[in-house]
Amino acid sequence: MKIVANYEIPFYQYLDEQSIPAADAPALMQDTNHLIRLYQQMVISRTLDNKAVALQRTGKLGTYPSTRGQEAVFVGMGDALTDADIFIPYYRDTATLMQHGVPAADILLFWGGDERGNLFADADKNYPYSVPIGSQLLYAAGVATANKIRKTNKAVLVTCGDGATSQGDFYEAMNVAGIWQLPLVFVVNNNQWAISIPRTAQSAAQTLAQKGIAAGIACEQVDGNDVIAVQARVAVALQKARDNQTATVLEMLCYRQADHTTADDAGRYETAGVREKEWQKEPVGRLQNYLEKQGVLMPETISVINAAAVTVVEEAVTEYLAATPDQPTAMFDHLYAKLPAAYAAQYAELKMINSFARNG
Amino acid sequence: MTEMTLVEAINQALMYEMQADASIVVMGEDIGKNGGVFRATVGLLERFGIERVRDTPLSENMIGGLAVGMAMAGLKPVAEFQFMGFMYPAMNQIINHAARMRNRTRGKLHCPLVIRAPYGCGIHAPEHHSESTESLFAHIPGLRVVIPSTPARAYGLLLAAMRDPDPVIFLEPARLYRWAKQAVPDDGVALPLDKCFILRQGTDVTLVSWGSLMRETLAVADTLAANGIAAEVIDVATLKPLDLPTILASVAKTGRCVIIHEAPFSGGIGADISAAIAEQGLLSLQAPVQRVTGYDTIVPYAKLEKYYLPDETRIMAAVERVMA
Ligand SMILES: Cc1ncc(C[n+]2csc(CCOP(=O)(O)OP(=O)(O)O)c2C)c(N)n1
Ligand SMILES: [Mg+2]
Repeated sequence: MKIVANYEIPFYQYLDEQSIPAADAPALMQDTNHLIRLYQQMVISRTLDNKAVALQRTGKLGTYPSTRGQEAVFVGMGDALTDADIFIPYYRDTATLMQHGVPAADILLFWGGDERGNLFADADKNYPYSVPIGSQLLYAAGVATANKIRKTNKAVLVTCGDGATSQGDFYEAMNVAGIWQLPLVFVVNNNQWAISIPRTAQSAAQTLAQKGIAAGIACEQVDGNDVIAVQARVAVALQKARDNQTATVLEMLCYRQADHTTADDAGRYETAGVREKEWQKEPVGRLQNYLEKQGVLMPETISVINAAAVTVVEEAVTEYLAATPDQPTAMFDHLYAKLPAAYAAQYAELKMINSFARNG
Repeated sequence: MTEMTLVEAINQALMYEMQADASIVVMGEDIGKNGGVFRATVGLLERFGIERVRDTPLSENMIGGLAVGMAMAGLKPVAEFQFMGFMYPAMNQIINHAARMRNRTRGKLHCPLVIRAPYGCGIHAPEHHSESTESLFAHIPGLRVVIPSTPARAYGLLLAAMRDPDPVIFLEPARLYRWAKQAVPDDGVALPLDKCFILRQGTDVTLVSWGSLMRETLAVADTLAANGIAAEVIDVATLKPLDLPTILASVAKTGRCVIIHEAPFSGGIGADISAAIAEQGLLSLQAPVQRVTGYDTIVPYAKLEKYYLPDETRIMAAVERVMA
C-alpha cells in the first residue's frame, strides 16, 4: 500500500471570539474606516432583519428567513464583491444583495409576495432568489461558463446553505467548475441547520468544504462569525477567479440565531441553551469589541450608526408599504416574450373578471 | 440539391445557425469528437471549436443547469440529451428555472435555450430509450414543445427553436432519424412555431398526429384515398402551445376526427385536443372523436414494442369507427 494523495482543509479566523486579532491577519484588520463600514452594514442587516420579522408578525410581510447571527457571512461577501462581479444568491442573502446594489424595498417586496421584488435582476450583476435548494449552484456554473466564453473577466459568486450541500447539484456544479476552470466562487453558509436537520445529520464528512476536494477545486473553512475573515477570503477567491479562472469553495461556520423562517418554530427541535452558548461567538458584538478596544468606535458613534440604520430601514419599509399590487394580468405578461395566441382567451378572461371586480 | 435524412437535417440546421449566430453553443454528452450518439452533431467540433461545441461531464441535471445559466448570461445554448428517458434529472432546471425565469424577473432575465432529445420507441433499444413523455413538458407554462416529423420540418423548426427567445423542448423522432430522405435546401428559412401543418387536404375525416406516427397516419390516409375517403392530415408539430384553431377548423369541415399519438392514452395531448373539440366543435361532429395511442403501460422492451406502438391497423380501425 502507498498513499497516493493527501489533502488538507485550512480554517481561517482573523478575529477570534475574544476579539483578539490573529498574527496572520490581513491589512484589513488595521483599516479602521473599512472595518467601520463593515460594522455599519452588519447593523443595517440586523435592523432590517428585526423589522422584517416584526412586519411578518403583524401581517405586513410573507414568510421571511431571518439572517440573525449570520450577518458576517452576508456582509463580508457583499463587501468583497466588486462591480465587476456577478452575485447569484439563494434566499437568505439580504445584506449581500443590498451591498451589491439592490434596494431594500425590493427585498421586502419579494418577501411580501410580489414578483416585482426580483426586478433588480441583471445578468451582469445580481441574479434573482432561488428557492429550489441547491439549483442555483448549477445555473451559476452556466453563468460562469458564459462569462468565460464571452471573456468578460467577471467572477461569479454563488451561495447556498449547509443543507444544500447534500444535493447532487452542489457536487455537479463544483465538478464542472473544476474541469472547465470556471471563474466561480461557492460560499456555503453553514448555519448548522437545514430547517430542523442539524449539520451532523446532513453529512458524515468532517467538513463541508472538503467536498470540493472530490471536484478538484480549492476549498477552505472560514469562521463565519468573523467578518474580517469572510471579507478577506471571499476577496481572495474572487480575485483568483478573475485572474486565474479557477473555482473555490468556502464553508462559512456560523449559527442560525433564529427560527429557519417566520413559519418555523425551532423550539420543536433545537436543544435549549445551545443558541445562547453560540451567541458568545456572534459577529456584530465581536467586531464592535475590537473596534472599541482599538479606541476607534465611541458610544456616540454607535448611536449614530444605529440611528442611521433605522432611517435606512424605515425608508425602505415606507416605500415597500406604499407599493400598490401589480395588475393580475401581469402573470401572463412575462410568461413568454410574446404571449402565444393559444393563451389569449385566458388572458382576456382574467382581464375581464378583474375589471368587473374593480368596477363592482 | 442533396437529399438527406431527418438527423442530417438536424445537423444542417445546427451548422447553419452556429455559423449565423455566434452566441449559439452546442453541448451534451459525446457530442464533440463522437458527433453525438445519433451523429446529429457530426462535424460541429471541427468547424466551430471546443468553446462552442462542448462535451459535458455525464450529468443531465448539470447540463440543464448549465443551459439555464448560459442562456441567462447572453448565450444561446443548444443542449443535447442522449435520450428523452434521461431528461428527467434536468426537470428541476427546466421546470423551475428555464420555464419561469422570465416571469420571475418580470422580463429582466430569460432563457433562450433549446433542449434536444430523441424520443419514442421502435428502435429496439434497451429500457428508457423509448419514451414519449412530451405531455410532461407540454403541461409546463413558459415552455414550448416542438416535434418535427420530416427532414424539412426538422430543419425549419429547429432553426425557429434556436431563434426563439424562450426555452424550447425539441423532441426528435428516433424512429424517423434515418427513415426517409428529402431534399432540404440549406437556405436558413425557419418554419413557424405554434402552428400545425396541414399535410393533406380532405373533407371526410381529420387525422391529427405528430412525430414518428405521422408515417403510419399518412399511410392510412393513402389507403383511405384509394377507397374514396379523403382524409385531412394534420401534423401538430408544436405541442405547446397548441394550435387548436387549425384543428377545430378542419373538424368543422370534416365532422370526424381521429387523434393518433405514441404517448400513453391517459394525460396524453390527445386528451386536450379531444376536449377542445368537445368544448368548441361538438355541433360539427358526426361521430365521437377517437384516440389511437400508446397503452397506459410502460413501453415494452424490444420484443413487444411493436404491440405497443399504434400501427396502421389500429388507426384504420378507429377511422372505420368514426366513418360508420
Ligand atoms: C429542493 C428543495 N427541497 C426542499 C425545500 C424546502 N426547504 C426550504 S429551506 C430548506 C432548508 C435549507 O437549509 P440550508 O441549505 O442549510 O439553508 P438555510 O435555510 O439553513 O440557510 C428546505 C428543506 C426547498 N426549498 N427546495
Ligand atoms: Mg443551514
